[in-house]
Amino acid sequence: MPPVPNRFLLAAAAALALPAAAVADPVKIGFVSTLSGPSAALGVHMRDGFLLAVKELGGKLGGQPTDVIVIDDELKPDVAVTKVRALLERDKVDVVAGVVFSNVMMAIQKPVLENETFLISGNAGPSPLAGKGCSPFFFSASYQNDQNHEVMGKYAQDKGYKRVVLMTPNYQAGKDSMAGFKRHFKGEVVEEIFTQLGQLDFSAELAKIAAANPDALFTFMPGGMGVNLTKQYAQAGLAGKVPFLSAFTVDETTLPATQDAAAGLLSGAEWAPSIDTPENKAFVAAYEKEYGVVPSLYAAQGYDAAKLIDGALRQTGGKTSDKQAFRKALASAPFKSVRGTFAFNTNGFPLQDFYVVKAVKRPDGKFATAVETKVFEKAPDAYVAECRLK
Amino acid sequence: MTAVLFVSQLLNGLQLGVILFLVAAGLTLVFGVMDFINLAHGVQYMLGAYLVAVLVAWSGNFAVGLLLGLLGALVLGFVLEVLVFRHLTRRDHLEQVLGTFGVILIVTELVRIVFGSAPLAFPTPAALAGSVTLMPGLNYPVWRLVILGVGVGVAALLWYLVNRTRLGMLVRAGSTHPETVSALGVDIDRLFLVVFAFGAMLAGLAGAMAGPLVSVEPTMGDRILIVAFVVVVIGGIGSIKGAFVSALLVGLVDTLGRAFAADLLKALIGKSAAAAAGPALSSMLVYLLMAVVLSVRPSGLFGGRTA
Repeated sequence: MPPVPNRFLLAAAAALALPAAAVADPVKIGFVSTLSGPSAALGVHMRDGFLLAVKELGGKLGGQPTDVIVIDDELKPDVAVTKVRALLERDKVDVVAGVVFSNVMMAIQKPVLENETFLISGNAGPSPLAGKGCSPFFFSASYQNDQNHEVMGKYAQDKGYKRVVLMTPNYQAGKDSMAGFKRHFKGEVVEEIFTQLGQLDFSAELAKIAAANPDALFTFMPGGMGVNLTKQYAQAGLAGKVPFLSAFTVDETTLPATQDAAAGLLSGAEWAPSIDTPENKAFVAAYEKEYGVVPSLYAAQGYDAAKLIDGALRQTGGKTSDKQAFRKALASAPFKSVRGTFAFNTNGFPLQDFYVVKAVKRPDGKFATAVETKVFEKAPDAYVAECRLK
Repeated sequence: MTAVLFVSQLLNGLQLGVILFLVAAGLTLVFGVMDFINLAHGVQYMLGAYLVAVLVAWSGNFAVGLLLGLLGALVLGFVLEVLVFRHLTRRDHLEQVLGTFGVILIVTELVRIVFGSAPLAFPTPAALAGSVTLMPGLNYPVWRLVILGVGVGVAALLWYLVNRTRLGMLVRAGSTHPETVSALGVDIDRLFLVVFAFGAMLAGLAGAMAGPLVSVEPTMGDRILIVAFVVVVIGGIGSIKGAFVSALLVGLVDTLGRAFAADLLKALIGKSAAAAAGPALSSMLVYLLMAVVLSVRPSGLFGGRTA
């Protein structure tokens, strides 16, 4: 199947057709996102954030006309690899960006990086890419996967919680999540509950938690599972009683569905709509105006990814052919992140602040996360020492 | 393990069983009467949840929205039957699976286009949103009690319809001897239309009941459909009584497995082995139950003919 041209691309193509003055090769960006299946909401946010930035920049990155070719990885690594190979070989893209899920990232990183094409993550941050498998062609506009879980572990430790129950789905990311939490939490883990991936009913687990009566619950339930859990947590009457610490469970992709049930629940994140910088205020307002919903961290990361590419292209005069120069430009993080402080570590992952954010109802009735407290400042990830890049 | 925890897990199991029954009842009716495999049943469950969510928000009244939503599900059932399913009933199972799978893809994508990929808010009346204290130390969500009540009510209604009415007699006869029923001059097509639309409404009701508990999103029907088929097969294809007993059994086995399997294993094989095996075992229990039941009774607990 050919990559589906998105509406922005069509608009850009129409705009380019008017001034007939032949423009040299446009910058080509292959944007990989998950746009179908149960987890599509995250991919839609990330793509919309990226396209919003390109639109604000007049359809140009680094002053160059830009083609964004959006492809849907369907959350299937094999499908993603096939489509990404087409991006590399047929479309000859200059940069591959996006990717929501780490299993997709691990599948596509090899063909992209071996081709010496730049790969800018809009979300996924698997540990191999931060450590032993780091690459000079890889940059993350998001975070390393463990970090948002570490935030909650540190927060639980700082709060003096003694007994905590951990609950994640029974797969690799769930186990990594627990490991990330325990990196900074030194209290007692009363119980580790592994649930089925895609679990609908949490009544059995919630009854266990109520019986264990811990100081807090830490959970990682991405997508629909998080919605199920959040609703049932509130109905079981646990929401006010046992603090709900989470990562990738309560955010603006799920809040429109969970609404009041999620109010007051906590999450670890590197961004929230409430961060008080002029760039962030403008971004949140523009996103809400364009798409009618509050942006999530996925949208913010997509937006930053586009701004990062734009900034680097400005430094190289719109060229990616000199890979050393383009890499140097990217590594200097030449853009104003909506997160505020943002710099790259030697492995291409960000040095940035992390927060505990809380779901709140805004005065206009919409739900969003808001910064509760800052937990880490300019935090490096746990794997950077294993990376040979300097 | 305390008595309170055990009672609450029993309730959880029954309540999950009742939701599964609501989904499986329509499926087993359609499966049984016309020997028709309807993979799109999960889509009808999803549409029920969407219809009720939208209509409750529009009317501002839960009862009105629920009623209109169920009527909508009924109408959609008629429309789907006339447009698609009618043309598949006399074909073989493979074509039915392909055809109804196509319906899943198309309807899911249409819902995504209209409502987007993000899950939808499901308005629950405030009086039913919290929890009540059933016994000291046991707080139970009100909505789950509502589901229990509705499920038992629907089971009673279905029992009456199937065992005490003329329509029910035809359904029972059609599920075991379709050729004879047809030969006796019963318009099987019309019977199927009625049964199918009614089944679609039951699926919609199940979706509406699940709405306050789970994420209302375009693919919400896919997961429950698999378990619903397990329920239908264990209970015996076409048997409402079988679906009810089997749904409660599956609900209890699944819930009690998730609640206690890990702890039991811990006592038996040690903590570290149990940590790995417990979650794997509890997610398999339902399918183990099916395998055991089918090996003893190949046509299911109450089935008239073999699966």
